[in-house]
Amino acid sequence: MAAVELDHVTRVYQKYSSRHRFQTFKSAMVRGNLFGSLKANELVTALSDISLQVEKGETFGLIGENGSGKSTLLKIIAGIAKPTSGRVKVAGKISALIELGAGFHPEISGRENVFINGIMLGLSKKEIGRKFDEIVRFAELEEFIDAPVKTYSSGMYMRLGFSVAINVNPEILLIDEVLSVGDAAFVPKCLDKIDDFRRRQKTIVFVSHDLDTVKKICDRVAWIKDGRIRMLGEPKRTVDAYLQDIAAKQEEDFQEQQVEVDIRQPFEEGRRENRWGKREVEIRKVTLRGLGGEEKHVFHPEEGLIIELEIAAACPVEDFVFGIGVFNSLGTACYGTNTNLEDLEPKLFAGEGKAVCRIERLNLINGTYYLDVAVHKRDGYPYDYHQNLYSFLVSSAAYKDVGVARLPHTWEFSPGITFGPPDKKTP
Amino acid sequence: MVRLVRNLKELYKYRVLIQNLVSRELKARYRGTVLGFLWSFFNPLLLMIVYTLVFGLILKGGRGGEFGDSSTLYAVFLFTGLLPWTWFSSSALESANVLMIHGNLIKKILFPAEILPIVTVLSNLIHFSFGLPILLLFLIVFGKGLTLFALLLPVVVLVQMVFSLGLGFLISSLTVHFRDIKDILANLLTLWFFATPIIYPLTFDSLQKSSFLRTLLNLNPMTHIIEGYHSCLFYGTIFHWKRLGVTFLIGLVLFYFGYSVFDRLRDSFPEEV
Repeated sequence: MAAVELDHVTRVYQKYSSRHRFQTFKSAMVRGNLFGSLKANELVTALSDISLQVEKGETFGLIGENGSGKSTLLKIIAGIAKPTSGRVKVAGKISALIELGAGFHPEISGRENVFINGIMLGLSKKEIGRKFDEIVRFAELEEFIDAPVKTYSSGMYMRLGFSVAINVNPEILLIDEVLSVGDAAFVPKCLDKIDDFRRRQKTIVFVSHDLDTVKKICDRVAWIKDGRIRMLGEPKRTVDAYLQDIAAKQEEDFQEQQVEVDIRQPFEEGRRENRWGKREVEIRKVTLRGLGGEEKHVFHPEEGLIIELEIAAACPVEDFVFGIGVFNSLGTACYGTNTNLEDLEPKLFAGEGKAVCRIERLNLINGTYYLDVAVHKRDGYPYDYHQNLYSFLVSSAAYKDVGVARLPHTWEFSPGITFGPPDKKTP
Repeated sequence: MVRLVRNLKELYKYRVLIQNLVSRELKARYRGTVLGFLWSFFNPLLLMIVYTLVFGLILKGGRGGEFGDSSTLYAVFLFTGLLPWTWFSSSALESANVLMIHGNLIKKILFPAEILPIVTVLSNLIHFSFGLPILLLFLIVFGKGLTLFALLLPVVVLVQMVFSLGLGFLISSLTVHFRDIKDILANLLTLWFFATPIIYPLTFDSLQKSSFLRTLLNLNPMTHIIEGYHSCLFYGTIFHWKRLGVTFLIGLVLFYFGYSVFDRLRDSFPEEV
């Protein structure tokens, strides 16, 4: 049986122009068309033609970028927003954790707020009275429950809000990204509570950017993009497809914001910014590629990188060294090498050619990296030195390790040491 | 009309919430003040003293011959009109803001928005009723005493409540789209105050002479409501049945109209507040 059923749901938002916004009541009356003047002059489609079913007892994840329509979808399921067209069917009592403590009044005590908030969420006064101690205990606010809510820290506020909402004991629980604000101790408690819900065969619709949690707790996941369901199915596959899409988008963005380095500029005496040398040997073009040869700028930490230099010598030279250097955004040199350090004896270079440095595995942590490339004499005299002119991004949502480099490693434990339930989470 | 009745029935289910929100409103308003809820009658009392100083002592001629030389009698007359007016004007002013102030509820919780203007009118009604014992005391000690007609007070209160609710729905929903209403309203209420027989009695000389002014005053529904209070409390007589009855009908029409506008604009609230 479906707990939530969306049938061709479309939601169009009205966007009013600034002219409209400052229009006065009077001018609307003068035109004699009060409602007419409230018509929007621009429409934004937040959701278009969404059909999906969430089965009873299922934990259903919604992922997607900011502004993709996830929250609107959740609000439509909660009944806070109405679909412009299409039908929504919901079977069972809903509690929506869209903004925790949304109804709190700052001037009155936590105790009174619990009661009013509980009533707003659909509990009776008696029920709240019965659950009151449990609510306060879960929020860890025993000492402060009689203080006005305005004296609470944002963490306390959120804990109380979560505690009330979760104790409404709904059949369907909607969670919108609320766990992201909790502190390290409270979030696991919330997740425990959510697990508890799952065990009791309640339906959960879960919106989150925390993809690990989504993979861990959801039975099915829908990826929303630009107001449409892009993919719906098994969590790991959907999350991976979403990650791939993000990586592709990052690559695009990165290329866009890449300052177009005009290295074709002729040499000028005294110019030293980011590039120097007399260019007896010139680096004409630098291309970053994946190991497959495709040009790219966003790499997975375990991926390889090819740096390709197109060089030309004005006249034949016998003393030349090719070098590269990788720097992170703090300016720390992560790696540097050149042909001289690797004992390559230069013999002759004339005309044009390519020097290609192939890095089999980057093994860097997430971040933006800048590249120096150079060709110089063995004594250091620069022919052409490009400092930080090129950059690339190392990015992976799954890797959270810190430092400079990602040292290849594995963990091993003696049988006495065990770790939590073997879940679907990737190592 | 059917929809209105159905929605109002739906609202009945929320009575506990309304009740709690009203009491929250009352608790929150004077939280942190020394006198607390006593302010509910100190406020109109102080206002009365100001007006008594001005019209009772300084502009003696301006208050009409009815009260003779008695400033205390005039003060009691003033208080009789001021107290319900404060209820009316605070309700109207606060309604203008109420949807925006509680925008969080409309945006984040499944919550029937019409509760908010209702809570505004009701919590101001409670303030009004806090001031009532003082008023009755004044009427007995300094006024002409109370008669059995004072028992008709709830009728007048009902008329004013329907009228205030209707206006509350209209103002609160329109202000979401036209923020200017808030400022217009503040000034309009000042004008409205002076266009209502609160600081002067209907028997005032210049009113008696000018039929134009009298017609103008009679077109103002608040005139008949305030006159209702004056009749059954200050003068101790029956109020003008027909006039108050017509005012009640106007109130009902305003209620229906106000609610319809509110209902029609409802879906735009979550995006606009």
